[in-house]
Amino acid sequence: MSHTFLEQLWIARYVITYGIGVTVSISLLAIFAGSVLGVFVGLALVYGGVVLRLVVRAYTDIIRGTPVLVLVLASYYVSAAVGLDLGPFSAGVLALAIFCSSHVGEIVRGALQAIPKGQTEAAKAIGLTFTQTFTSVLWPQAMRQCLPAWVNTAAEMVKASTLLSVIGVAELLLRTQEIISRNFMSLQFYFLAGGLYFIVNYGIEHFGKYVERKTALPS
Amino acid sequence: MGYTLNFAAVWRNFDFLLSGLALSLGLAVISILIGAALGLVVAFALTSKNRFAVVPARVYVTVIRNLPILVLVLFAFFALPQMGLRLDKIKSFVLVLSLYSGAYLAEVFRAGLLSIPRGLTEAGLAIGLTGMQIRSSIIAPLMLRNVLPSLSSTIISLFKDTSLAAAIAVPELTFAARKINVESFRVIETWMVTSALYVVTCFLIAAVMRFVERRLALPR
Repeated sequence: MSHTFLEQLWIARYVITYGIGVTVSISLLAIFAGSVLGVFVGLALVYGGVVLRLVVRAYTDIIRGTPVLVLVLASYYVSAAVGLDLGPFSAGVLALAIFCSSHVGEIVRGALQAIPKGQTEAAKAIGLTFTQTFTSVLWPQAMRQCLPAWVNTAAEMVKASTLLSVIGVAELLLRTQEIISRNFMSLQFYFLAGGLYFIVNYGIEHFGKYVERKTALPS
Repeated sequence: MGYTLNFAAVWRNFDFLLSGLALSLGLAVISILIGAALGLVVAFALTSKNRFAVVPARVYVTVIRNLPILVLVLFAFFALPQMGLRLDKIKSFVLVLSLYSGAYLAEVFRAGLLSIPRGLTEAGLAIGLTGMQIRSSIIAPLMLRNVLPSLSSTIISLFKDTSLAAAIAVPELTFAARKINVESFRVIETWMVTSALYVVTCFLIAAVMRFVERRLALPR
């Protein structure tokens, strides 16, 4: 048995790579599904009728008041109890997507409501329908407004993907724990995992700043 | 599917859930208090002109904010003993959550500090206060009032992070729920009640913060 960190790292290279792959897939799936759902949540919060608004408001408040770990555990156990055979990966991604959707919903709502009323009135005055107003006046502005907070949520999802290790999804953190239980190098391998998460999130943060600069209005 | 709701098992263990909730709140309060003290110092360092203060503060905030808290929790409990620092599970979790809240609160406080006009510092200097006196009796109180709205959401999110202590078997609310879930198989009921307890607590925290905000608001 080899005893240096580098030798152990070399032995574990595929395990770690798979772990990163699973972490990235979880995050991408959750961000994508959560954002699509979240846009509808946001639209319902702004343009829905009273009943729809109340229902969606309850949904976002309950989801945002519950820790992600509870959502992940509940999704995993409840889906099995009601006979949906999701398995840990899908149940975990479902929980993260739901969590993401409530956050994106709030972001979209905030962005749409931040647009001055005069814009809608001006659009009406030149004879645009509501759909036209929305797609070519409100939505582009809202998107720009959303971007920083949305990137933040994306980084949040990568961090939340670690919670799937608790229900046995072999993502980066669970793989790291497996490696440590084999070679007892907890210090080195937790540092490695931390470093990898840091790189991903730092990258997302800087990519967000770059996109924000690119899409900013010339001043 | 034929699933009939039956809350009996959950009510039987309700005091277990409540003591879990009490522990969650306790963990949150202690960690957030330590984190707030730390965050205040770091926020002053971030906004200072001294490079030797800015750089370490910026590194601390950036590193902590870009790491998943579960990694930090596991690191503190399983890896720190290798460095000779052996803490029990509650202490190691409080250590992590304090450091974690310190980084998040520092960012909240920093934004607040930037909104304080420079004239106040100058006025303080003019009446002969030292830098420390100006910070503690002029700038910090004003800044705290300004940041209350964003402080509220940060505190709620830190409270929710106490659920992570379940990963190292601290018997807080999530751990208690998981135990009842596994022992009674009343899956849906357990998670409904647990989630409700978290949601209600978050609402109460938000209400308390709004109350404080109203009490401290300047008369118009």
